[in-house]
Amino acid sequence: MADSDGRQIDSINHAADGDGKGHGIVRAKTEGKELTKEEKQRLRKEKKQHKKNKKDDKVPTEKEKEKEKPSVQAPSKPVTQSPTHKAAPVPVSASASESLAAAEKPVKTKAELRAERRARQDSERTSKQGKKEGGQQSTTSKPKASPSELQPVVKRLPEHVQVDDPAALKKLAKKLERQQKSGQGCGLNITGVKVPLRSDYGYKVSLFSHLHQYSRKNPPTQQISIPATVIHPSVVRLGLQYSQGIIAGSNARSVALLHAFKQVIQDYSTPPNEELSRDLVNKLSPYISFLSQCRPLSASMGNAIKYIKKEISNIPSQCKEEEAKGKLQECIDSYVNEKIILASEAISKYAIEKISNGDVILVYGCSSLVNHILCDAFEKQRKFRVIVVDSRPRLEGREALRRLVKKGIRCTYVLISALSYILPEVSKVFLGAHALLANGYVMSRVGTSQIALVAKAYNVPVLVCCETYKFCERVQTDSFVSNELDDPDDLIVTRNGKTHLENWQTVKSLGLLNLVYDVTPPDFVDLVITDLGMIPCTSVPVVLRVKNVDQ
Amino acid sequence: MPGADKETDLSERIESFLSELKRCGSGAGSLRGSAETARETSALLRRITAQARWSNAGELMEIIRKEGRRMTAAQPSETTVGNMVRRVLKIIREEYARSRGSSEETDQQESLHKLLTSGGSSEDNFRQHFPHLKANVIEAINELLTELEGTTDNISMQALEHIHSNEVIMTIGRSRTVEAFLKDAARKRKFHVIVAECAPFCQGHEMATILSKEDIETTVIPDAAIFAVMSRVNKVIIGTQTVLANGGLRALNGTHTLALAAKHHSTPLIVCAPMFKLSPQFPNEEDTFHKFVSPHEVLPFTEGEILSKVNAHCPVFDYVPPELITLFISNIGGNAPSYIYRLMSELYHPEDHEL
Repeated sequence: MADSDGRQIDSINHAADGDGKGHGIVRAKTEGKELTKEEKQRLRKEKKQHKKNKKDDKVPTEKEKEKEKPSVQAPSKPVTQSPTHKAAPVPVSASASESLAAAEKPVKTKAELRAERRARQDSERTSKQGKKEGGQQSTTSKPKASPSELQPVVKRLPEHVQVDDPAALKKLAKKLERQQKSGQGCGLNITGVKVPLRSDYGYKVSLFSHLHQYSRKNPPTQQISIPATVIHPSVVRLGLQYSQGIIAGSNARSVALLHAFKQVIQDYSTPPNEELSRDLVNKLSPYISFLSQCRPLSASMGNAIKYIKKEISNIPSQCKEEEAKGKLQECIDSYVNEKIILASEAISKYAIEKISNGDVILVYGCSSLVNHILCDAFEKQRKFRVIVVDSRPRLEGREALRRLVKKGIRCTYVLISALSYILPEVSKVFLGAHALLANGYVMSRVGTSQIALVAKAYNVPVLVCCETYKFCERVQTDSFVSNELDDPDDLIVTRNGKTHLENWQTVKSLGLLNLVYDVTPPDFVDLVITDLGMIPCTSVPVVLRVKNVDQ
Repeated sequence: MPGADKETDLSERIESFLSELKRCGSGAGSLRGSAETARETSALLRRITAQARWSNAGELMEIIRKEGRRMTAAQPSETTVGNMVRRVLKIIREEYARSRGSSEETDQQESLHKLLTSGGSSEDNFRQHFPHLKANVIEAINELLTELEGTTDNISMQALEHIHSNEVIMTIGRSRTVEAFLKDAARKRKFHVIVAECAPFCQGHEMATILSKEDIETTVIPDAAIFAVMSRVNKVIIGTQTVLANGGLRALNGTHTLALAAKHHSTPLIVCAPMFKLSPQFPNEEDTFHKFVSPHEVLPFTEGEILSKVNAHCPVFDYVPPELITLFISNIGGNAPSYIYRLMSELYHPEDHEL
C-alpha cells in the first residue's frame, strides 16, 4: 500500500538522491526493462526540475551540501537486501531539507545546476555500480533478471510509523498540500482546502513515540471547509466512519472502501486532455491520503487499493469512458464477491470439518469470518457451545455474542482476565486475523497472542481463519514497530462512582496505552484455514508467491 | 457483673468482626488490606485469650479453634484469618511445652523411629494447669502483632536489592505490598512501571495514580496487551492474596496469563508476600478454591435481551503454579518456591492444618 502512495515522492527522490536506490525500486517493479525506465526516469526528473525552477528559489550552497550528503551516505548504504529501512530516512532527510531550502535566496542558472547535478549523480552511480558488483544481492547488476527470481522487495517505510521523525512529518505535510494542488484541475480556485494533517493527542508512551495517537473527539473533518471539492463526499463520510469506529473490522473496512470507490468512479469524468487510466489514479491519491489520516490503512485495504490501481492502469486508452467505468465497477464487484464473500464460504466449508459434536469452542472479539463459520456449522446441525472472550476497552465480543445468541447458539461470556479459569473446559480455539505476515506471524486484535499463548499452555488447538486477500508481504516480529494507537481516553472507567484516571493528562508521569493490534508467533498457531485450503502458518510466503505468479 | 459484661462484650466484638468479614467479601481486593485483617484477627484472639474462661491450654485451644472455624466460615477466601488462628494455636502449644519444661519437640513427625516408638503424642493432652500460661500467651501474641506491623517495611527494605536503574517493571492490579516496595525503590532509582489494569475491577488504575504521584513513570495497559508489551519488560513484580502450601499462588485473575507470558520471555516473576499470607491449603480443593462475584460488571444489565440466554462468569482468583514463579520476597527475606513447605512447618503445627 505504501508503494502506490509514495510514487510521487519516489520521483522527487530520484531527483535528490543517488540513482542506486532509484534503480532498486525501478528494477523491483519491472524486471528486465531498465533501459527504457531509465529514460523515463530522466524525463520525469526534467519535468520535476522544471516545476521546481518555476518557483525560482534555489540555494546553491544548500544544494551542494545536500549533494554532499547523499554522496557521502551512498557508499555507506548497505548493499544487502535490506537497504529499505536505512535508505528511506536518507531520501527523506535529503528531500526534506531540499524542500526546506526551497524558500531561500536566488540561484545560479538552472542549466548549470542541472549539469552539476547530472555529473554528481553519474559519479555516484558508477561508484555504486562498482560496489554492487561485489555485493551480495546482485540483482541490480544483472541486466535481465529472470522472472522466476524473487523480486527484491524494496519498500518505502510507511509514513504512519515515522511520527518521531520531524522530517518525515514535514514531508507528509508537503505531500498533502501538493495533492490538493494536483487535484485542482484547471482554473478552479481553491485556496486553503487541503487534506488535513491530524495532530496527535495526549502524552504518548515513549516506546511508541513513532506512532500516531489521535483522539476520537477531534475528527479530521474539522479542518475541511465546505465545499471540499478535492475530496469526494462519500470518501469524507467513509473517513469519518473509520475515525469514529463506526466501521471496524478488516472485512467491513475493505468492503466499505470499495463501495466508496465505486461511487467515486461513477461520478468521475475525464478532464479534456487527460487519459482516464492515469488521471483517475491521480484522483484517488488524495482520497487515500485522507483515509489514512483518519485511520491508518489496514493490510486488506492496501491490497484492495493495489488491485484497483492496477485495474485502472490496465484500461486500454482507446476504451470509451462509459465502457471503462462500467468495466471498473464490474471489477470491483467481482473482487468483493470472490475475495470476501466466496472466500468465506470456502473457509466455512473447510472449517466445518474441524468442528465436531460436543465441542466447546472459544472465540475472541468479533471476527466476521469466525461468526460466519459458527453460524454455518450451527445450521448444519453440529452440536457445540461457544465461549466468547472479550477485552476492554473495545468490548467487541458483545457484538459477536449478540449475533451468536440470535442464531440460537449456547454461549458463555467472560473477560480476558478469566481466561485461565475457563480454558480447561475448551476443546478448540478459533481466531480471526487482520493480516498474515510473510514470516508466518499473525497480526490481529490485541489480546489474540495472549489467547494463543494460554491455549498452548493448556494444549488446546488454535485455528486461525483468514482469507488470502489479507496476506501481506510485510514482516514483523513484535508488536511495537508497526501498530496503531487508539484514543487513550477509552481506558478511563467509572467504577463505584470513582474515576481514578480522570485527570491523567495533568499527572506528568502517567501514560495510558491503548494498542489496537498485536502479532502472534507461528508456534502458537496450529492451523490456518484459508480459501485455498488448510495450511500451516509458515506457508504464507508460498501462497503469496503463487498469487503473484498468477497475476 | 464484671464477668458477664466481659463475656457479652467479647461476643459482641466477635460478632461484629464476623459481620465485617462477611460484608467486605464482595468484589476482589477487600475494602481493607490483608495486613489489617491479620492485625485485627490477632488482636481479637488476644482479647479472647484474656477475657474468655479457660483453665488449661486444651480448653483455650478448643475455644480458639471454635471461633476460628466460625471466622473462616464467614469469609472462606480471606485466608489470613485462618492463618492467624493457626499461628496462635502454635504459640499456645509452644508456651505450654515451655511451661512444662519439656525440650523443644519441634519436629513432631520427622522420623519414622519417633512414630514407631513414641506411639503418638496423645499423652500430651494439654490438660495441665499453669498459672503463667495466660500471661505468656498474651505476650507471645503481642510479639506476633509487632511482627505484623513491620512486615511491609521489611519487604520494602529489600527493594533496592532487586531493582536496578532504568528497568521496566510490570505489575497487575493493586497490591499494597508492591506499592510500598516500588515507592521505596523509587527514592533512590529511576525506573518505569507498566500496570495492567485487571478488568473488571480495574484496580490497576488506582495503583497507577498512586505510583505516578511519586514521580514514577507509569503506564496503564489493558489486560489484552500483556503479552504484546511483555517483550520489553525486565521484571514482573506482583502481590498475591494467598501463598499455597506447594509454593503456588492464589492471586488476582489474570495473573496466570501474566506468569505464562513472563515465562515465555524468560522474565523473572517476583512475588512480594508477607509471611502471614502463607496458608497450608493445597490448590486441588476445587470447590473452595475459586470465588465468584456478580457478573454485572462483565455483562451489564443494559444488555438485557441476551442476558437470560448467556452464562457470564466473573472469577476473582487465579491459580499460578510454582514452576512459573522465580522468587518470593517476604519479611524474612527471599525464598525460592520450593522452600515454602519448610517455612510452613515452622509457622504452623501439622495438626492445626485442619481447623
